[in-house]
Amino acid sequence: MLEFFFGYLSLVIIIFSLLVVLSKNAIHSVLYMLVMFFHVAGIYLLLQAEFLAAVQIIVYAGAILVLFLFAIMLLNLREELSAEQLTDGWPASLAVVAGLLLTLMLSLGGFTTTFNGSWSPEKIKEITFTKALGQALYTGYILPFEVASIILLVAIVGAIVLAKRRLN
Amino acid sequence: MFEFLIRPGSFDLFLNIGIIILKIAVVIGVVMLHVAYATYFERKVIGHIQVRMGPMEVGPHGILQPIADMLKLFFKEDIIPEKADKPVFYFAPIISLMAALSSLAVIPFFDGFVIADINIGLLFILALSSLGSYGLILSGWSSDSKYSFLGGLRSSAQVISYEIAMGMSLVGVMIMAGSLNLTEIVKAQAAYPTGMYAIPQFLGFFVFIIAAIAETNRSPFDLPECESELVAGYFVEYSGMRFALFYAAEYIGMIIMGSLAVTCFLGGWTIPAFITAVLPFLKYVPGIVWFALKLYVIIFFYYWIRATLPRYRYDQLMAIGWKVLIPLSLLNIVITGIIKIMVD
Amino acid sequence: MNFTDIHTLMPEIVMAVLALAVLLSELVIRRKETVGLLAIVSVAVTAYFIPTSFGTVFNGMFISDGYSVFFKFIFFTCLILTVLISSRYLEIERSSHGEYYALLMFATLGMMLMASAGDLIVLYLGLELMALSLYVLTGFIRHEYRSNEASLKYFLLGAFSSAILLYGIMMIYAQTGTTDINTISSVLTEKKATVSLLLSVIFLLVAFSFKIALAPFHMWTPDVYEGAPTSITAFMSVGPKAAGFAVLGRVFLVGLYPLQINWIPLLIGLSILTMAVGNILAIQQRSVKRMLAYSSIAHAGYAVIGIIAGGNEGVSAMMNYLLIYMFMNIGAFSILILMRSEDFLGESLDDFKGLAKTHPLTAGLMLLFMFSLTGIPPTAGFIGKFYLFKAAVGAGYTWLAIVTVIFSAISAYFYLRVVIYMYMHEPEGEAVSLSGSPSLGLALLISALLVLFIGIYPSPFISFARIVTG
Repeated sequence: MLEFFFGYLSLVIIIFSLLVVLSKNAIHSVLYMLVMFFHVAGIYLLLQAEFLAAVQIIVYAGAILVLFLFAIMLLNLREELSAEQLTDGWPASLAVVAGLLLTLMLSLGGFTTTFNGSWSPEKIKEITFTKALGQALYTGYILPFEVASIILLVAIVGAIVLAKRRLN
Repeated sequence: MFEFLIRPGSFDLFLNIGIIILKIAVVIGVVMLHVAYATYFERKVIGHIQVRMGPMEVGPHGILQPIADMLKLFFKEDIIPEKADKPVFYFAPIISLMAALSSLAVIPFFDGFVIADINIGLLFILALSSLGSYGLILSGWSSDSKYSFLGGLRSSAQVISYEIAMGMSLVGVMIMAGSLNLTEIVKAQAAYPTGMYAIPQFLGFFVFIIAAIAETNRSPFDLPECESELVAGYFVEYSGMRFALFYAAEYIGMIIMGSLAVTCFLGGWTIPAFITAVLPFLKYVPGIVWFALKLYVIIFFYYWIRATLPRYRYDQLMAIGWKVLIPLSLLNIVITGIIKIMVD
Repeated sequence: MNFTDIHTLMPEIVMAVLALAVLLSELVIRRKETVGLLAIVSVAVTAYFIPTSFGTVFNGMFISDGYSVFFKFIFFTCLILTVLISSRYLEIERSSHGEYYALLMFATLGMMLMASAGDLIVLYLGLELMALSLYVLTGFIRHEYRSNEASLKYFLLGAFSSAILLYGIMMIYAQTGTTDINTISSVLTEKKATVSLLLSVIFLLVAFSFKIALAPFHMWTPDVYEGAPTSITAFMSVGPKAAGFAVLGRVFLVGLYPLQINWIPLLIGLSILTMAVGNILAIQQRSVKRMLAYSSIAHAGYAVIGIIAGGNEGVSAMMNYLLIYMFMNIGAFSILILMRSEDFLGESLDDFKGLAKTHPLTAGLMLLFMFSLTGIPPTAGFIGKFYLFKAAVGAGYTWLAIVTVIFSAISAYFYLRVVIYMYMHEPEGEAVSLSGSPSLGLALLISALLVLFIGIYPSPFISFARIVTG
């Protein structure tokens, strides 16, 4: 049963990721990406990470992708729609992607399922994922968590600085 | 792959699936009926506020008006603009309606009645409400019309901004209840001295109610539609059944937001213990009655505001969202957190 | 972590709080130089907490040891010098916003976290914090096309290299089950060097090479360094580069040490290629700013030798080299800033013609920095290179030391060409008007004195670096 769902989700993710890249219409790309994000959330659900699944949709589908749409709608993309090929660099991109895929294939054998941390799957299952994530984030991982918040602050400051008026 | 179907106990599985489907059918049916009569209720309320009668012709006191409206919309011609992006144009209202309807799955209408009792019910609703904006944006873009395009742009900015305030106003509730499960939130409220979180969480409640109005694009925050400037905003090019889908989505959205306010702030299907202590017979009133009563108070509040207040200007709307509501909800989180630590 | 361990994190916490304070102070302070002064004071306050900060917290996620403290010392000095050379320059460029200083401090905070990171997650976040601040700072002169382009290029390639870094971290995690650098090391000692492990090492190496601009991953450097505000170019070529070396050292000499036999040849190849590309392409440049960008690439190639040599000797040589490079490089960029005035770019080689006749002191300082960058005694640059060669020879890489000497000799051509233009050419047209300021003068004084001081009496710095790595 799990294998069946995993197969379905991965297949859809792969197909729609390809559609995102191959579609000429940027709005359609965003929609394909939306479908893709939903299935990524599905993978999280399979791993019983329900909090991540919800956040995946709230943050990626609900905020980031809407911003994408916003930006695309403000650009006039009529010319790009009729262009034969959006970029000339696609063989290079293809080579990079193929290289990454090959690397992953070569490495799969070396992957281990053991871990060297204090959170075992059984322990997470016992206290439910959302609680476990909260405890990990606010105790052992509080430093990365706080650094991430400073990164977001810098991003906001940067966006405002770059939009400021020129001084005379 | 399908061997789970013939395993012993698979009958229970089918039974469960059957019960779930039945529940879904009941909820959708009841909600759709409420949607139809919410429009009637709205016209009547606004009519009486403006010292008019509202609909009077179809049936006694116009009671059959919603049915007549539905029939009319159903048989209207479906017009699609020639330059519209057809697939997106078709999908936009469906996305709106789907997002609104799916949220119903996690709302506990009374004790033990919820289609999917999941751990992250609150987040699930927030996730789906953020998807609702896709319907608006995409319909605005795909119609190939300036009015609907402007409506779409406004809605994307508005919905993103107010989602933040709304999500953060609920964090206080999450902290107090210690759970994201809506049933557990209601139970935690029933165990709380005041019986509902609206009293200790008055700041959060205030922010939530305002953000919910903006989130459902209701007046005075109905900038995406804005009849006087944008004709009808994002759905100006829609007609007939597709128009009705948007209309239904808006009213379902109102019911969802109302239900969320009821479950998170007003104690859901329960009534505060200090009231039952004085009037013990109220204990025997079924929970669904309390739920519906509270829900209709909030929906009446929506109509009341619509009939009273003029529409905001767009920059004022954004300023309120970012400069007032978000700081207020942050303040609420900090205060709630400090009190929680001190009490524990 | 217990609350009693807070002293270990104190410098970072103080830095973050003060950076926020500086950001807010911009609202009330009209004179932006005052904000810069506040930034310098903040660094002094932060440095006060450094001596008591030694220790390890969060299960080894954050390490404050001699190694990280030495790098933090470099970052602080770099920040102070950058602030000193910035205030007048920003007014000339009409971009004197107070956020500049806050962003510099946030970038420094990111670099401090990188130097102290004992876990790949903290490392990555520190790196992103630094990089994000730098993207904005690079595009800080908003109305200038060059600055915008540089910022965008830097952002795109930076994002790309971050993705590669994450891919590498993912592969390491998948094979060792941890992101803690010390644990990675102990897991790897029991493992055989498989193809998949080598591939993940390559991913990490490529990502770090992007960050410290090793050839062939240096393509972004000349354009970004040329387009960025000169003060930021000075900052970028020193602080973030040193931070890159700090994590390169920590990850490769601790976490991936068991695979040393496998990554050393790669690093040697990168080092030689970097020296070749940096030094040979610098010859063609007519813009001094761009020439210094290529020179910065070449110097990264030299410093990598310290990591190749490894051990106490190699690492301390690398750290010393970065320290010395900071003074001579910021000094050279200060001269460029001095040349820049309202309607005069002052970046081209021709602008330096006959500078010795019109402004002998400026020309003399430039001469000093160019000699030092070439590595001519008795300047600090010579000392830096000398100890690197010594470490390389000591570790058995004599041939690498010889290759480096050859490339150093090539570099003399383009460094000394500036000197020839200043001293052997006649001034053309109007005399260059300098835009000096007391703070810029102070920065030049500090750099010049230290270049000379380390060149003549290096032992305190050498022994300091040896003690902290020992």
